[in-house]
Amino acid sequence: MNSALVLALVIAAATGYGIWHKRTRGRIKDRENSSYTFSIEELGTTLGEQATLVQFSSAFCQPCRATSLILEQAVSNTPSVKHVEIDAESNLELVRKLNILSTPTTIFLDRTGKEVARAVGAPKRDQVINAIDQLQRI
Amino acid sequence: MSTPQLIDARGPRIMAVVTFFVLGLALLFHSTLLMVWQLLAFATAAIFTPPQGIYGRFYRAVIQPRLKGPVPSEDIRPPRFAALVGTVFALLALAGLAFDVKPLFTIATSFALAAAFLNGFFNYCLGCETYLLIARLRSRHTPDYEI
Repeated sequence: MNSALVLALVIAAATGYGIWHKRTRGRIKDRENSSYTFSIEELGTTLGEQATLVQFSSAFCQPCRATSLILEQAVSNTPSVKHVEIDAESNLELVRKLNILSTPTTIFLDRTGKEVARAVGAPKRDQVINAIDQLQRI
Repeated sequence: MSTPQLIDARGPRIMAVVTFFVLGLALLFHSTLLMVWQLLAFATAAIFTPPQGIYGRFYRAVIQPRLKGPVPSEDIRPPRFAALVGTVFALLALAGLAFDVKPLFTIATSFALAAAFLNGFFNYCLGCETYLLIARLRSRHTPDYEI
């Protein structure tokens, strides 16, 4: 195949993927149908009184640090909501069970430890605060 | 989690744009010379860390002093991981050229080109999307030996 054509195709495909990626990453999606409930052993700590934000991170993940700061800040004024960061690589069994494919992935748990929402990629501060509000009302 | 070493986050973005242009030209002209150059750039960033690599040194000497405004910082490990993946793809592309296996050269260069493009223009994080998948696959193939 002509090299110039290959180059054009690669750039077009990467642009399309890049736009899709930017739009979907970080969006908090409802996971009401998820039946997964975290145990204290899996969390490595106790649940938040009203809600828990479980962030899966890895070493080679640039937005994990920003996500950690956003979540930490979002829960700082609400002591009943907890932020827990888990190293995905050392918890691969849990990562498989939850079908986590990339980092950062944040899982929003209700007061019982059941997954109710999930964000793949760095979530926006406002959306996190909204999600926490909703969790506190459950 | 351990405290990571932080670097100027603009460096890896600009290096990715340079990489994109070099790989684009290498793909267009099937250039061994450009591919070897890019392999050296990837390998030095992977081995000596991105700021100590060829493009990192160029960035610090020429571009960084001319940039104004706040300096965003990032963990050094993600761009180093990306450079390691780039090294593997550059080696595959060169093998394709050396043994005259054109599809290998085209596919390997295209993947590296797409990753550099996404990284440079969309701030795409290769480590975020691929590292966990690699770790998941690797652990599946590692048998648990019991003594």
